[in-house]
Amino acid sequence: MKTEISFILNGSEVKVTVDGHLRLIDVLRNTMGLTGTKEACGEGECGACTVIVDGKAVNSCLYPAHEIEGKSVITIEGLHVPKHKLSKIQQGFVDHGAIQCGFCTPGMIMSAKALLDSNPNPSDKEIREALQGNLCRCTGYVQIVEAVKRVARQMKGKQ
Amino acid sequence: MNNFRYIGKETRRPDAPDKAAGKAHYIHDLRRPGMLYGKIKFSDHPHARIKHIDTSKAERLNGVRAVITSNNSPEVRLGFLRDNLALKKDKVRQYRDEIAAVAAIDPDIAEEAVELIKVEYEPLPGLFSPREAMKKGSPLIHETDAQGRPRTDNLLPLRFHHESGDLDAGKRAAKYVAEGEFSTPRVQQCCMGTAGCIAEFDMNNNLTIWAKTQIPFLAQRDFNRALSDMGLHDKNTRIIVPTIGGAFGTGLDTHAYEYIAILLAFQTGQPVKIVYTRDEEFAYLSPRQSSTTKIIQGCDQNGKLTFRQVEVTQDNGAYTSWGATYPSVMMIPATSLYRVSNVYFNAQLVYTNNTYCQAMRGYGNPEHTWALESNMDELAGEAGIDPYEFRMINCNRPKETTPMGLKVSTCGLKECLETVAKKLDWKKKSKKGKCRGKGMASLVHVGGGARIYRSDASGLILKLDDFGNVNAFHGGVEMGQGLHSVLTLGIAEALGVRPEKVFINPLDTSTCPWDVGTHASRGAFMACNTAILAANKLRDKIFELAEELFPQEVEKNLEKFRKKNPGYKPPDFDFVKAAKRERFDMQDGSIFIKDAPREPWLSLDLGRLLRTIHFRTQGQMLTTEVFYDPPNELPDFEKGFGNISATYAYGTQGVEVEVDTETGEVRIMRMVAAHDVGKVLNPPALKGQIYGALAQGVGYALYEELLSQKGKILNPNFRDYKIPTVQEMNFPVDLEFIETNDSFGPFGAKGVAEPGLVPTAPAIANAIYDAVGIRIRDLPITPEKILAALKKLKASKD
Ligand code: FES
Ligand code: FES
Repeated sequence: MKTEISFILNGSEVKVTVDGHLRLIDVLRNTMGLTGTKEACGEGECGACTVIVDGKAVNSCLYPAHEIEGKSVITIEGLHVPKHKLSKIQQGFVDHGAIQCGFCTPGMIMSAKALLDSNPNPSDKEIREALQGNLCRCTGYVQIVEAVKRVARQMKGKQ
Repeated sequence: MNNFRYIGKETRRPDAPDKAAGKAHYIHDLRRPGMLYGKIKFSDHPHARIKHIDTSKAERLNGVRAVITSNNSPEVRLGFLRDNLALKKDKVRQYRDEIAAVAAIDPDIAEEAVELIKVEYEPLPGLFSPREAMKKGSPLIHETDAQGRPRTDNLLPLRFHHESGDLDAGKRAAKYVAEGEFSTPRVQQCCMGTAGCIAEFDMNNNLTIWAKTQIPFLAQRDFNRALSDMGLHDKNTRIIVPTIGGAFGTGLDTHAYEYIAILLAFQTGQPVKIVYTRDEEFAYLSPRQSSTTKIIQGCDQNGKLTFRQVEVTQDNGAYTSWGATYPSVMMIPATSLYRVSNVYFNAQLVYTNNTYCQAMRGYGNPEHTWALESNMDELAGEAGIDPYEFRMINCNRPKETTPMGLKVSTCGLKECLETVAKKLDWKKKSKKGKCRGKGMASLVHVGGGARIYRSDASGLILKLDDFGNVNAFHGGVEMGQGLHSVLTLGIAEALGVRPEKVFINPLDTSTCPWDVGTHASRGAFMACNTAILAANKLRDKIFELAEELFPQEVEKNLEKFRKKNPGYKPPDFDFVKAAKRERFDMQDGSIFIKDAPREPWLSLDLGRLLRTIHFRTQGQMLTTEVFYDPPNELPDFEKGFGNISATYAYGTQGVEVEVDTETGEVRIMRMVAAHDVGKVLNPPALKGQIYGALAQGVGYALYEELLSQKGKILNPNFRDYKIPTVQEMNFPVDLEFIETNDSFGPFGAKGVAEPGLVPTAPAIANAIYDAVGIRIRDLPITPEKILAALKKLKASKD
């Protein structure tokens, strides 16, 4: 069954026709061609597909596409505005060695962003809670946690 | 000590910004015009004869472009012993055997079509452990070998053996002896980016394949052979490697799914993509081998090792990959970790109806070090010597030759042990009341390439352009470990240009020079050695040209400078006379005379030199190619002898744990990892390698096991197969790098990718023993095993 839905994607309104069984990740990666969002399990277990829907980090592989109607979605591509410059949090991951193969990175960054947007001054415990659904096989997480801490500190310094 | 400009400095990885922006393109993100989606029908039995395959319904499904089986497609062989077929013919030998495959216009149709394929089987008795498979009279898993010669048992025809000194004399000399049997499970590499490829033919029947591989050039050889098998003689494969979402050994072989994509692409004349889902990756991609190791060691009254005897049995599964050669690496610690002179090592590999296994980071070393370093603590206990002191007594030294013939150049093991003891406050025993304890374990690993193939070489092409850019073509694979980052730094440092001017081209076998593969922690060692060679060649050429061009160009500079600065008096320096090739140097792309005064005009920009020689009559451009084959030897593995690597990496890890005797949970309080890395090339990248390896080591020690029942994988998902999350890795880690500045190492560096996970599990097991007095011999160390051991301990005390 096909339905037409409209939602805000990275700040702009979009309209797409979706099949009933499609997931948000399919709309993002296939319909919209935004392949920055990754799929590493398709079962809500790894966080690679994390995007932000109305301010909350969600697994886009579990999110039925038709439920996105009227909502606002931010993907990794929506963070670096203007287009040629990384956002602070992306830059923080680059600067602190938090990226290796990079497959977990977009999801990890979206989880971190959702955290910092709602809690600009997170404790170590809060950072770990926010990232515990994001698996990374390369880094051992040390530099990721460090990057999030430093970005938080840096953003606080700017306020 | 050298003063490096870029080496050893905190630098960002060149590939990180695109990855952070979601702009790096993995196989999952690639699409070709007209591309079809392939899907594989896997076996429903672990061991059975195939009676009949019915593909008629699948063929009729709208959107299906091809359905292939062994009945309608050429026979393509693969595997280290070529004992595997891309599509199985008469028989299946494991649950994941590929029976048929479909290409369709979208993935859903492909999946539906695969479900419509019906196979009739005649089940055969299955063998699910080496013990069963080795029993006399057991059914044969392979009745014949790849050449069709009859086989008589289920042992692999691969021999790994070593004997040195006099074992009996060593046993007689021993005052204390410790013996144990240790086992390790199958574990999955769990790359976040699953396996996949796209295969495409042109109209000349040459193949291009976008592959997730660590061995592009050996894969080219494998695929060319497959093209021959398909009747496409003298045709070529071009391999393009996209961004890789982690590999950890999974790319050391070519895989049936790749050959199937090739067959489908040829059959349909369209590009075909196959990408595994996570379930498929768990169930149908080869994991790390499981092993059982019997070990006996003895020492004299002073704690000096007098002998070591090791027997390994590996469950190979149904077919043979490169991973079957793990014992070639196990021999390294068996013969060469700590000084021991009477050594016996033997490994046997057994076919079973379990999933066949392949390489994973460490390649036999974690398996063997698990047994060896656990047993070292047991022996220290027997001898009544502190485990740290015991290791120091037997510590390896620089410049020694080990029983396997390994020529140790530099060796920082002593410093590693001392560092761990110091940082872990070794002498201060943990508070016993809290069930806390400390443990340590060490490692030796190849650190200067590893010759397990005729060539252990690697090539590099550097092409300079009119703008002073350096375009690098290298055959090593960036799979997340940071190879491009160190190669960039190596070129910038050795050549004398800024890292921003170095561009590493995507890996393509049609443009990059040959490399044996990115394995055995050889990537950075090889890449930077090629960088130094190529840079030296280029500098010779550049300085030769500068001899001719420097005076005239600098003269022009001076004139301009004078115009801007009237009254300027140049220093008294005859730059025409001084412009001799041996007096030049280059830094950040600027050529200058070493002992000349530092005047702003008295240097020549590399780009300008290149443009000058390019655009004059009979112009020229600079490109250089080098091929580096390290000074190591292909060992005779049947005799267990040969200097496999140019240099060796050492390390020691220490850990403090707390054991909850109620729940059996092990909590890691802190960790210290001291590694002899030769020289730190890029600090954040190096730390990332060790932190990441430690997490895999912790997973191996405490959580991970690919469970199977009668050959069927029971936990093919992250819900049931747990890898460490940020919560499990919540303890302080102290990293210490020992710089031994190895003369074979580029800038002094040794390979470092694998060592970080090698000693982690035995260090943890030794700490658990220290905490609560139980010795766990089978990985992973689960709460159930802890509780059972505690119960047994209590019963023995009562
Ligand atoms: S892909 Fe969505 S959680 Fe793994
Ligand atoms: S960087 Fe590779 S999975 Fe996280």
